[in-house]
Amino acid sequence: MELTGAEIVCESLLKEGVDVVFGLPGGAVLPLYGALSTYPAIRHILVRHEQAAAMAADGFSRATGRVGVCLATSGPGATNLVTGIAAAQMDSVPMVAITGQVARPYIGTDAFQETDVTGVTLPITKHNILVMNVKDVAQAIHDAFYIARSGRPGPVLVDIPRDVLLGEKTEFIWPETDKLPGYRVPSDAPKAQVDAAAALINKSERPIIMAGHGVLISHAYGLMTEMAEKAQIPVITTLLGISSIASDHELNLGMSGMHGMAYANLAIDEADLIIGLGMRFDDRVTGRISAFAPNAKFVHVDIDASEIDKNIQTDAGVVGDLKAVLEQLLPKIDANVHIDWLRHIEELKAQHPSHIVRKSDELLPQFVLQRLTDVTQGRCIVVTGVGQHQMWAAQHCTFKEPNTFITSGGLGTMGFEVPAALGAQVGRPDTVVWSVCGDGGFQMTMCDIATAVESGADVKFAILNNTNLGMVHQLQDVFFEQDYMASEFSANPDFVKIAEAYGIRGIRVTKQEEVVDAVQQAMETAGPVIVDFMVKQDEIVFPFIPSGQSVKEMLEEPAHNETS
Amino acid sequence: MSQQNETEQHTLIALVEDKPGVLNRVASMFRRRGFNIVSLAVGNSEQAGLSRMTFVVNGDDRTVSQVAKQLDKLIDVLEVADITEARIVARELAMIKVKTTSTNRGEIIQIVNLFRANIIDVGRESMVIEITGEGDKINALYDLLAPFGIIEMSRSGIVAMERGEAKGLTNGHGANSAKSNGTS
Repeated sequence: MELTGAEIVCESLLKEGVDVVFGLPGGAVLPLYGALSTYPAIRHILVRHEQAAAMAADGFSRATGRVGVCLATSGPGATNLVTGIAAAQMDSVPMVAITGQVARPYIGTDAFQETDVTGVTLPITKHNILVMNVKDVAQAIHDAFYIARSGRPGPVLVDIPRDVLLGEKTEFIWPETDKLPGYRVPSDAPKAQVDAAAALINKSERPIIMAGHGVLISHAYGLMTEMAEKAQIPVITTLLGISSIASDHELNLGMSGMHGMAYANLAIDEADLIIGLGMRFDDRVTGRISAFAPNAKFVHVDIDASEIDKNIQTDAGVVGDLKAVLEQLLPKIDANVHIDWLRHIEELKAQHPSHIVRKSDELLPQFVLQRLTDVTQGRCIVVTGVGQHQMWAAQHCTFKEPNTFITSGGLGTMGFEVPAALGAQVGRPDTVVWSVCGDGGFQMTMCDIATAVESGADVKFAILNNTNLGMVHQLQDVFFEQDYMASEFSANPDFVKIAEAYGIRGIRVTKQEEVVDAVQQAMETAGPVIVDFMVKQDEIVFPFIPSGQSVKEMLEEPAHNETS
Repeated sequence: MSQQNETEQHTLIALVEDKPGVLNRVASMFRRRGFNIVSLAVGNSEQAGLSRMTFVVNGDDRTVSQVAKQLDKLIDVLEVADITEARIVARELAMIKVKTTSTNRGEIIQIVNLFRANIIDVGRESMVIEITGEGDKINALYDLLAPFGIIEMSRSGIVAMERGEAKGLTNGHGANSAKSNGTS
């Protein structure tokens, strides 16, 4: 039977196992919506802003490991996806964005709602495809999914003109293979690379594993932990590597970097070998590159060859799928104890206890987050945006299972926490999802609370409300002589009333002793809940390595000396 | 990008899909990553559906290695090779339009012959000279013609290949590909 382009898109989505898409219709993409209504197996979640469609698809993807899908119309619909797509690209998240385009005769004429969206998204996608013939639709969708999920994952945008969606019909033939002669996906690494890495690891006396997002993407967490245990190598996670090893694992030192644990950064400074696994030595991790791990050699394993030697000159670069590489590597790693090294790190931890929340009479945001995952016993998914709340969550929330910490790392996207949490909850309906929000970020995307309510996504929102743009405020405090230009809100809405306006429960918390009860109540309440934590206003995220500096310039929390 | 090593010119060749937008993807990658293209030439390869690009790029070894890897990462790029160290032939074509008068025409023709260049158009007060060769040769001719007054010049960018039977590119999936090497 011959089908329209729109029907072929739907058939292709079914072939890819897609059962949910996030989107918002408009003129050019309407033919696709016309077809979608006849495909009940594909659930459509109507967002209030296309930005949320992309970010929900991102959250869905990170929570499930499946390809998230978002839809938008041409022009403004497509450009509203851009921030979400850029976030997915920076964090290697598999996503397929399908956009309607103006009909082919109008392309290039500056027609109504025409934007060159393949041009716009060229540098922020793994790949994009403009489909100019209905006969190419199935192949385009097939290849888009294959590219998105394989190798180093990323977003792929497929732009389809209205008259390709709804014009000439053609037979639906699902392609058996990709049509991508220039695309190859590494799996095993060359033996020589693995041997070189193993030799450095076996020789090292003060090794550290740095675990990135690749550990989660490649499902390599089990093997990584096994390697760490076998050779007794402490593990530091990047922001996106959090939850790749249980928070309470004795070898887990937590996050390093700009706001990482002081002892983790100090350990890196003394290490003689850094083993980077599925991470990219980004500037927030390294600080000033010339002063980063000055005593260390570098083993770097990544599936993306261009990451090797990009930021750090490696001594043993290994290109391959991390799980496959660890399978190759593990038998070659000698069992080891590293007693002196681990004992030394314990001492560093005792001397620089940045994991401990100081005692205070005020409602500290760190305290809220620590209690939050105490209550959930580390078994909920925590989703954050960017800023102070994100760093405190990274420092003080605890995690047991992989893929339970979802955050906008590379792009650092405010407002990500609301739609991404929605997407995560849709993907993992049996799991409690806490969206940890800043009051700034929450207001960027809170329109999509309606989407959560409408779609029955049971997201619990914890707003760490300090009535300012906290991280900006902090930077102004430290570097701009307390000139708080444009970082303080004088008219935040009443978030409890916002909750009520959406027909959901709102809880305000102003005291420490109310925190646990509020978290429990939120989880006992069916449906979304907003908890407005009125936290201490001018709290600073410590430790703090100023941008472009090294561990030598690290600022630590002064109060730690008194309480620990 | 580290600049500790010496910056020098590298010649890279790439096999890419002959599709709309590929040149844009390549150019966009260079722009976005701050790599410096000295010259770029694109045309058909010996295989239908595949174009061949020749890049001349300035940078130290590590930067140029990044260029090759980032190029190779583009989905439409089948293969990339840095052939700077190989035995290669490299040629560029230039057309130079020079001002002439009845008195200096003879002198210009002498220079052109000396370079084994060709005169492909003669006007009353101008001449178009075609020269093929390596960049240095073209520069040398340009310098000699400059005193007469150069009206315009157009250069094709360098195209290059390995000498002998060696193939710089193995047409997709061979051992020379940066895709299978990973690190350099």
